[in-house]
Amino acid sequence: MSVKEIPQNWEPKILVFACNWCTYAGADLAGLSRLQYPPNIRILRVPCSGRVNPQFVIRAFQRGVDGVLVAGCHPGDCHYVTGNYFTRRRYLLMQRLLQYVGIDPERFQARWISGSEGPKFQQVVNQITEEIRAMGPNRKLRDAQ
Amino acid sequence: MKRVGVFICHCGSNIAAAVDCEKVAENAKSFPGVAFSTDYKYMCAEPGQDLIKKAIKEHKLDRIVVASCSPRMHEPTFRRCIESGGLNPYLLEMANIREHCSWVHPDDKERATFKATELVRMAVAKVLKNEPLDKSTIPITKRALVIGGGIAGIQAALDIANAGHIVDVVEKEPSIGGRMAQIDKTFPTLDCSACILTPKMVEVANHPNVNLITYSEIEKVEGYVGNFDVTIRKKARSVDMKACTGCGTCYQKCPSKVPSEFEMEMMDRKAIYTPFPQAIPNKPVIDRENCRYFKTGKCGVCQKVCPTNAVDFTQEDELVTERYGAIVVATGFDLFDESVYGEYGYGKYKDVITGLHFERLINASGPTMGKIKRPSDGKIPKNVVFIKCVGSRDEVKGKAYCSKTCCMYTAKHATLVREKIKDSNVYVFYMDVRTPGKGYDEFYTRTTDQFGAKYIRGRVSKIYEKGDKLIVRGEDTLLGRPVEVEADMVVLATAMVAKSDAAKLAQMIGFSYDQNHFYTEAHPKLAPVETHTAGVYLAGACQGPKDIPDSVAQASAAAVKVCGLLSKEEMPTEPIISAVDEAICAGCGMCVPVCPYKAIDMKVIQERVHGKTISRKVATVNSGLCQGCGACTVACRSAALNLKHFTNEQILAEVDALCL
Repeated sequence: MSVKEIPQNWEPKILVFACNWCTYAGADLAGLSRLQYPPNIRILRVPCSGRVNPQFVIRAFQRGVDGVLVAGCHPGDCHYVTGNYFTRRRYLLMQRLLQYVGIDPERFQARWISGSEGPKFQQVVNQITEEIRAMGPNRKLRDAQ
Repeated sequence: MKRVGVFICHCGSNIAAAVDCEKVAENAKSFPGVAFSTDYKYMCAEPGQDLIKKAIKEHKLDRIVVASCSPRMHEPTFRRCIESGGLNPYLLEMANIREHCSWVHPDDKERATFKATELVRMAVAKVLKNEPLDKSTIPITKRALVIGGGIAGIQAALDIANAGHIVDVVEKEPSIGGRMAQIDKTFPTLDCSACILTPKMVEVANHPNVNLITYSEIEKVEGYVGNFDVTIRKKARSVDMKACTGCGTCYQKCPSKVPSEFEMEMMDRKAIYTPFPQAIPNKPVIDRENCRYFKTGKCGVCQKVCPTNAVDFTQEDELVTERYGAIVVATGFDLFDESVYGEYGYGKYKDVITGLHFERLINASGPTMGKIKRPSDGKIPKNVVFIKCVGSRDEVKGKAYCSKTCCMYTAKHATLVREKIKDSNVYVFYMDVRTPGKGYDEFYTRTTDQFGAKYIRGRVSKIYEKGDKLIVRGEDTLLGRPVEVEADMVVLATAMVAKSDAAKLAQMIGFSYDQNHFYTEAHPKLAPVETHTAGVYLAGACQGPKDIPDSVAQASAAAVKVCGLLSKEEMPTEPIISAVDEAICAGCGMCVPVCPYKAIDMKVIQERVHGKTISRKVATVNSGLCQGCGACTVACRSAALNLKHFTNEQILAEVDALCL
């Protein structure tokens, strides 16, 4: 199989780190409101977006995830006061690191989605799924398979 | 060997309509560690819970995964369920296959089932690494501290004391009373401020449960909810409180005159003084910066005249440390420095004064004995101009916020001028008139209709002196033309701002403040008196501009929170907090500034290495303060810090399980 070739029936796999207080609740609200989005995302609950160690993101890319989204409370609304400010800084650094190692930095995204923003959650998931689909499978950093 | 039980809920047809639950349960049987897997119509209902409890016994399960609705909904339910089934409640994980799967993917059963299977696999991978956690408890010291002895602090202290708890009130000034003591009358009823405040001051001073600690400041705050160790600096009063009878001979004879802060420097006080006649405690202090004895070593008149020998020049500041269960911060406000508005000539023209100066001018015990007289020449002013929003609602030179009280106190001042000086004219320059509050708008309407104050919508551009008059130039934006008023006196409604040392106190106790240095409440609507630091509450204008009724209401609310806390002997703590692995902690201290709750400290431990005892620094987490956000775990370079229940290993296991 050539490196460029995209396998048949390939579907992007996207990992979403959702903070317990805002984005996880926003995703719950999207469900309650029956807002549909593609089933490509897997939500992993963390207490705060500031809990997401860049190591987790690297590991996800190594294991073959095609995209990673870290989502938390809006700046200034963090349940833990300052957690998302750390996320914001790490996100910018992380994108530069990914670019340096040859991964499209757009595969890693950070978004602010509050507990009342079900429609925004749907829109973000739709958008990211389409973007990652357009980029094709992540072949860099993947462990030998 | 760990034995995981997996339980897939149909939620009636909520999940089962979009996800093939039997298939998910079947697939789960092949996951590592899974000993039992089944599905049921309603897992949260009693038969469903019984099913789980029975399976724990029959299949010797030691960890449980429930795939159903959001954990935000039923995690407490299932934790209780497995606890009564004999397992530690934290050995549960939930896979959210309703809100995050069936409800959002109703039309693609195959892919929804696949996704549900993966979510269950992630949950199984995580639960294999779950550890049993126990809720611990921390004891609560049944004593409260109120910082600030203004009306908010007094009210909070009284409410807490009346509920039967001991309260200490720390006040920076020599007397309690705060800003309200300076005010003459209160809107909208025109009650005399002192008449309603001083009885409360006496009540709080005489309350058996209240200790007043005046002329003192907070030096250091350590500890956490239930156990704050607070160091208080009792400044040297130079007067023995026990011996002094408050007779007042000393300040009658003292030769050093100093402008009185209480009278807004419109009157002098002595170097040994009480701020105002109704001061509590009504015992003087010596202002050492201005005392002739402390400056030159000669004088000592007060000591000679004191009939009880209470004056003691050798007194020194005293530091005392007390333990408190809860803290109410009620430090109040300062006034905006209006000298930034050069065009109004404040400081240059004596007859341009602030609202607080005006309060003293009309007060019967003030510098003019309640007669409205111009500060410059003592004449009775005929034309009085009020300018509102000086410093408020001005992003460029002042503060962006509305100070809330100025509209009402300016209306009050206008009424009082018209009442006391019959042939006077009152002009009020305003941007908007904001009078929400019980009886407030009616009061404003009376000011204009009954008392004939003339309200002019527009800003003042310049004030200058012409003879003994002040010419006020401005614009009437409703008529669209310039106006000029020949005024005898101008009163500026200056903005309320946070205390100059507000940030210092917040940093000392460890809670947050906004860009204006007002203290931040835990939630603007649902937790308006709490701070983000457990056990610390807010009352009065330190949290934002407030009038007296609002301050009193907030103080009582804070008192209820304190009483709720102090009514318990001990409080349970959430076990999902950070923990340090001392063996690999390098003691770099990177985690300390990251923690928003000041929950991490460095400590020194002793270790035996190669037969020698060495000591080294490691981080330590205070379980009373840690809220479990996990920010420190990411800052830790050696991964010595880990967040229980959301450990690095658990999250990585989930990531790995997703990618199989």
